[in-house]
Amino acid sequence: MQSLPAIPNIFKLKRGTGSPRRFQDNLVIFLFLLPAIVLFLLFVIYPIFQSIYYSLFNWKGFGPAVDFVGLDNFKNILTDKVFLIALRNGFLIIALSLFVQLPLSLTLAILVGRDLPGRVIFRTIFFLPYVLSEVIAALMWLFILNPDPERGFVNAVIVFLGGNSQAWLGNTDLVLLAIFAALTWKYFGYHMLLFMTGLQNIPAEIEEAGRIDGANSIQNFFYITLPLLGSTIRTSVYLSVLGSIQQFILVWIMTKGGPVNASETMATYMYRFGFVRFQLGYGSAVAIYMFLICLIFSLIYQGLTRQPDYLTGL
Amino acid sequence: MRKAKLATRIFQYFILSIIVVVVFVPIVIMIFGALKTRGELLSHPYSLPIPPRWENITLILGQPSYLFWQMMRNSLMVMLSVTFGVVVICSLAAFVFSRMDFRGKNWAFNLFTLGLMFPINVAILPVYFVLRQMDLIDNLWGVIMVQTAFQLSGNILILRGFFTAIPAELQDAAYIDGCTAFDFFWRVLLPLAKPALAAVAALTMIISWNDLLVPLVVLNSDKFWTLPLGTMQFQGQYGQDLSLVSAFVALSALPTIIFYLFAERQIVSGLTAGAVKG
Repeated sequence: MQSLPAIPNIFKLKRGTGSPRRFQDNLVIFLFLLPAIVLFLLFVIYPIFQSIYYSLFNWKGFGPAVDFVGLDNFKNILTDKVFLIALRNGFLIIALSLFVQLPLSLTLAILVGRDLPGRVIFRTIFFLPYVLSEVIAALMWLFILNPDPERGFVNAVIVFLGGNSQAWLGNTDLVLLAIFAALTWKYFGYHMLLFMTGLQNIPAEIEEAGRIDGANSIQNFFYITLPLLGSTIRTSVYLSVLGSIQQFILVWIMTKGGPVNASETMATYMYRFGFVRFQLGYGSAVAIYMFLICLIFSLIYQGLTRQPDYLTGL
Repeated sequence: MRKAKLATRIFQYFILSIIVVVVFVPIVIMIFGALKTRGELLSHPYSLPIPPRWENITLILGQPSYLFWQMMRNSLMVMLSVTFGVVVICSLAAFVFSRMDFRGKNWAFNLFTLGLMFPINVAILPVYFVLRQMDLIDNLWGVIMVQTAFQLSGNILILRGFFTAIPAELQDAAYIDGCTAFDFFWRVLLPLAKPALAAVAALTMIISWNDLLVPLVVLNSDKFWTLPLGTMQFQGQYGQDLSLVSAFVALSALPTIIFYLFAERQIVSGLTAGAVKG
């Protein structure tokens, strides 16, 4: 809600430059923004530029960077098979998130619906994994994925049902799937929460009107509910993609990117070069690639999503 | 018609109950493991922990070399400092962005939204360089400042949304009554925005408390370890003793779960506001 335009204008007229009021306002603006800007420039913006600089050197982190190599780091990364695996894994996790995790979350949000008795309890339970730290989630999944059915619950269930136990985290074909299961366990509740909020914002009357006009529940869902959820779905997709690209803790604790790099992500790759091998120039170049991917994705996303939104009208 | 509705309800509860079981399995397995002795866990891995054994729990809480209480204290200190910093710094900045006018305002605001595109997982190596230059490695202040800095963008956005929703008439009235901008912020806006501040605080507390990456990179000495970092190290050191590790993990999850049950409303409203605005 905005006030009448005339009133603020009067104040603007009174407060010309140089008036004590104006000075006071400027002081407030300066002092209020100062801490945020200092912290932000120092720890978010400045590091970006610094890593651009270091990415041009072969630098082990001791003394000043002197061994200038130009764009070699960037070239070497693109020809490193492990980085390409990490990139592929990133896209796989994105795809799985978008085509498995989000539909699952949406389905559950719709199942809980608007008026299911006990919906708040379901929300509380489903959201619990999101609140637990990634360390705890990773360790719990490490336990239940143990290859020995006497120790790993997942294999115990499979054996009980007549199947063969699997080395979930030791098999290059299965490891990413196992990690994705843990990721989904941890994050589906968050997306479900977003969808529940989105559904809450759709007036029940609109769906009611559809029903009166003769739409069945499937038509109602695809022609009314889904389009009206558009902005929520877009948000969810955006967060999902950005989250998938930079997955780190869960992977690092469960597999350290192994076996034989099969579960490497860009973040574990960067961590390995930066903090394990201390090839800081090379690691910086990986960071720059990740920055660029995030930036390009965000810009494309923002360009694509500037469509009219049914409910908010933005 | 009524019958169809009943069938739908049963179907809904059936599917949702399956998911409830899936959510609980890893948690319950861990709690069972924590309440058994090492031998019991090896011989009966999936039985109920009857009678419950509290030895592991008391051992972790009582043995100073496990550092549990010290990690708890470090985590608490980091969490409280970060939350205080984020709430204060973000409400100041959000006030300016929602209620004041100045040249370059849009430019400055866009600068902060840029931060949303660079999550800490991507920026950690560059941030490490800066911390090293500032001599903040192996220092809790390094963790506090970095966590605070990376919480700014999202929370400024959330608070700006809440502040903008407060009617402009209030501001006009306050100015007519002779309030300065600071008076208005302090006496009118902040009291009205308490629910939003609570949401931001609850969300920040969870994120800071759970963060592993920043402590992992910044802290070397075990006397500074936070709970997530300590949990990871504990698993590395005592991984063979599954029941002991389970007990440690369960104990380190407990504060979060208790906090979640009390502050669910604030956490949820902070997250949904953040996602919708972002």
